[in-house]
Amino acid sequence: MTHDEHSSHHILPIRVYVTVFVLLMVLLVLTYVAALQNFGILNNVVALTIAVVKALLVILYFMHVRFSTRLTWIYAAAGFVWFLLLFIAFGDYWTRNLNVPAPKQWEPPITLTQPKISDSDHGH
Amino acid sequence: MAIEATQGAVHEHTAAVAAQDEHGPVHHQFEDIEQQNESYIVGMWAFLVTEIMFFGALFLAYAVYRWKYPLVFIEAHKMLDIPLGLTNTFILLTSSFFVVLAVHYHKLNRRKLAATWLFLTVLCAFGFLVIKGFEYGHKFKVGHVPGPNFTFELPASASPEAKEQVTVERAQLFFGLYFAMTGLHGIHVLVGILILTPLAFMILKGHHHVVDDYIPTEMAALYWHFVDVVWIFLFPLFYLIPLH
Repeated sequence: MTHDEHSSHHILPIRVYVTVFVLLMVLLVLTYVAALQNFGILNNVVALTIAVVKALLVILYFMHVRFSTRLTWIYAAAGFVWFLLLFIAFGDYWTRNLNVPAPKQWEPPITLTQPKISDSDHGH
Repeated sequence: MAIEATQGAVHEHTAAVAAQDEHGPVHHQFEDIEQQNESYIVGMWAFLVTEIMFFGALFLAYAVYRWKYPLVFIEAHKMLDIPLGLTNTFILLTSSFFVVLAVHYHKLNRRKLAATWLFLTVLCAFGFLVIKGFEYGHKFKVGHVPGPNFTFELPASASPEAKEQVTVERAQLFFGLYFAMTGLHGIHVLVGILILTPLAFMILKGHHHVVDDYIPTEMAALYWHFVDVVWIFLFPLFYLIPLH
């Protein structure tokens, strides 16, 4: 990449923004139309793929990440990588049996007896 | 006398240059405007990463419960108004386009145009909140707001599986997530209005903090685009849950 492409004063022609906006509108219609179809188990995949494409268009062109420095790329990517890592938490829900009914009332596992305080200890 | 006047003028000029150095576009700690702008943009992205973490936890909670009670989410989401949600998505995507035009014209130093597009963005934000207000109002009316007055009834046509899985408590869970996530997003829209409106007025007035360089507008725009991106995911996840 040349220095010019990295320059924060790099001014994009306005038709880039118009094109991205038109694409976003097409994808918006597609979001709704796709929701009316039945792709079976792919339903969620289709819906989320369209959402991700929309988000990428906004991030890369409207937020200018595509024309930003490498350091900006790392920061922008870090947020989304972290977001994906968050879903590792699902491993817990998948492997745990959540259908165990909760006990009606909590009971202490062991009965604790109150330690007796002798008169000699009390004085100190 | 004349020489003194000239010297006075020169002195004033030097003072003006010094003041320019102190308060000009490039601050002391930066080499040049490029480095300064990159620092601002990276700083803004660092903030947006914390915002992703903020919303991320809610998205995870949504995913866990939708995975656990798929039929509850399908039945409860039918109570949301798709045309209004679609309109609001259209409004936010358009506002993102408007704010990027504001940045574009600020870069070209066309201040009036930049401010105009910012005002139009704010108008979109108000439109979004008004529609959201109508949606929330309707939910209060029909008792779909989590709390002591929460009610939820399955239509008689619901499948036996749905009738078995859907309970009032679980439906309340869906609406709890709906209000938490769209509510947090709505607060972000409100904050967007509070950032973009003064910015537009400051640009019109030519306040040096915002017209020395275009970067304040770019940073406000980054925030606004982020709000848009969150909604891009919220809309299909709440309004368009697949029925199959």
